Amino acid sequence: MASTTVASELATLTRHSLAGLRMLLVLTLLLGLAYPLAVTAVGQVAFPWQSNGSLVRSDGSHTTDRSEAVGSALVAQGFEGAQYFHPRPSAAGDGYDTLASGGSNLGPLNPDLVATIEERRAAVAELEGVEPADVPADAVTASASGLDPQISPEYAAIQVARVARERGLPVADVEAAVEAHTAGRDLGVLGEPRVDVLELNLALDDAH
Amino acid sequence: MSSAVLVAVAQVAVLAAVLAAVHVPLGAYLAHVYSSPKHLRAERLWYRIVRVDPDAEQRWTTYLMSLLGFSLVSVLFLYGMLRLQEHLPWSLGFTGFDPAGAWNTAVSFTTNTNWQWYSGEAAAGHLVQMAGLAVQNFVSASVGMAVAIALVRGFARSGTDARIGNFWSDLTRGVTRILLPLSLVAAVLLMAGGVIQNLDPHTALTTVEGATQQSLGGPVASQEAIKELGTNGGGFFNANSGHPLENPTPFTNLVEVFLILLIPFTLPRTFGILVGDKRQGWAILGVMAGLFAASLALTTWAEMAGPGAAPQAAGAAMEGKETRFGPAGSALFAVATTATSTGAVNASHDSLTAPGGGLVLFNMLLGEVAPGGVGAGLYGMLVLAVVAVFIAGLMVGRTPEYLGKKIGRAEMTLVALYVLTVPALVLVGTAVAVVVEPGLAGIQESGPHGLSEVLYAYASAANNNGSAFGGLTSGTPFYEVTQGIAMLAGRFVPIALVLALAGRLASQTAVPATSGTLPTHRPLFAGLLATVAIIVVGLTFIPVLSLGPVVESLS
Repeated sequence: MASTTVASELATLTRHSLAGLRMLLVLTLLLGLAYPLAVTAVGQVAFPWQSNGSLVRSDGSHTTDRSEAVGSALVAQGFEGAQYFHPRPSAAGDGYDTLASGGSNLGPLNPDLVATIEERRAAVAELEGVEPADVPADAVTASASGLDPQISPEYAAIQVARVARERGLPVADVEAAVEAHTAGRDLGVLGEPRVDVLELNLALDDAH
Repeated sequence: MSSAVLVAVAQVAVLAAVLAAVHVPLGAYLAHVYSSPKHLRAERLWYRIVRVDPDAEQRWTTYLMSLLGFSLVSVLFLYGMLRLQEHLPWSLGFTGFDPAGAWNTAVSFTTNTNWQWYSGEAAAGHLVQMAGLAVQNFVSASVGMAVAIALVRGFARSGTDARIGNFWSDLTRGVTRILLPLSLVAAVLLMAGGVIQNLDPHTALTTVEGATQQSLGGPVASQEAIKELGTNGGGFFNANSGHPLENPTPFTNLVEVFLILLIPFTLPRTFGILVGDKRQGWAILGVMAGLFAASLALTTWAEMAGPGAAPQAAGAAMEGKETRFGPAGSALFAVATTATSTGAVNASHDSLTAPGGGLVLFNMLLGEVAPGGVGAGLYGMLVLAVVAVFIAGLMVGRTPEYLGKKIGRAEMTLVALYVLTVPALVLVGTAVAVVVEPGLAGIQESGPHGLSEVLYAYASAANNNGSAFGGLTSGTPFYEVTQGIAMLAGRFVPIALVLALAGRLASQTAVPATSGTLPTHRPLFAGLLATVAIIVVGLTFIPVLSLGPVVESLS
């Protein structure tokens, strides 16, 4: 009795599974191919620059051709040269590795994280010639993605003197460049003000 | 109030205003989609190709069989695709997943969890993402809505011999009439904001200082849209919605949070319309919104204040957060993603402040009912509403009823099993992981934060959330297999119980309301319901929460 019930239940499940399989195959064609390809077509026609990764050439102009690009306006890359504005610390791989995006995942009470923050604070303060207390939080913390393309206006501000000195430029010129590459909050209230590091550095390279 | 607080409040106000405006017409549209007897011409062709009868009213047992059969082939199909990845086009040269990893991922996406032990950019090719993972993003969401609607039909119908609708029709309409059109619009908005959408491989470019960096490609916007709208949460890239190519601006961040909350906050309206009393929908919506607002206020406060050794050393809780979102934009996303079953993240949850991390964990432990996953949130909250009328019935010594249906012993047995299932999975899973060697091996942090990492992982899996305290190394056979079991049981046991409840309710004849009937649309009942939700979680989880996030917050 029990075994025939189990057998008939299994037969029912098999019948429904076969209908499910036919359904899944048709859905896969619609949702897995037609939908993404249609969106791709719209993106390539209507938003070619954005949908190809917001790539920029060395003079700061936009391109969709990777072979001409030096990076993406949306993706952080490492800058170590003293004439450049520096991005936030990165926990993506060995730093700014786009194949290993992610944060440190260290907890808020982790002693190693506290020590790392103190080391970064001392290093940034020395490099920029400012008091350790004046180093903002984004300069001493790794972002969620490790590819955060932006820094806070406060972190940009403490880097201005060094960049101006290294490039032999008036501080006011560099401040103006920072200002030009600072975005306010979207719609006035969304998110935070920020400075795009790659675009700012390319603008300085291009102009001077 | 400081200006930073005012801005954070204004950001939420913009979101709330848009949600409030959209949920009214969308709620009515959803009610129409699930109650209209007419099929579109394309749908008729569709049903003929698939060879199912969309007009057959199914008993709850048949409805469940169709749902389980569909989900079973979904797991097997995705498993096969992941294992055979290297032989498929657009694989980008990535190899197939190993058996334990493929099992975990196949279950994860089929159950609307989207727990990810792998990094998308280093393991998954474009075809697997589009035709494997994203398809499950759509259908798992549609399955969730179907179950919620079936339960609503149980309340709305009378004496129907346990017939609660047709699974194939509900599944199809949910996808083609609701999720697909909304996803198309959302994908265009996201592309305008800078989310990539192409089929290029990842190739190297030379940076300004001469280093090599991989330039990333992929159909991201199309996947991002349904990832949020379907409360799925599986990121195209490892950093998920913290990745600048998935979520480039504060505007896209708001769009994504809106998509996460849209259907969960709309379904109470649909429920009210379908049971013929919009006030019942208002009561459910009010409880969801109240619990959500409380959690959001506390989490935003915690992240903006930045308590704890590391945030204090840095000057703000910016570890694991993106500059463009800041503490407020990260807290908003974190609450939205854990109060629903989404599990996408725009910040590292492991690096949230101790109270912030505890609150997002609490959101999941609450069973994700405020507002909860697509469909799952509504049926979870309706189950709690049954508990609430039962408790009220006990107080006055009267047989409890909800929406004209008597809540007897059989109904309460199903409801009690529902309420116990997920907590049992969370607590047993956590307990096993912290005593066996392969479980302990994955824990990154020592002390209470280590326990939080494990508790978070099983809460996330059993509640089908999918977000993680990323410090836990979950890409090991122990976690892949046990998490897979937690995800499967956490999804399908509650669904089976809900459908059984729907069948029983649909068979009953509605009893007319009398002067002794507890009105379930008043603030009194809403308050009772919110209290029940919190007390059920509190009694279940206070011991383990005390050992984890509470100790951490106090230290």
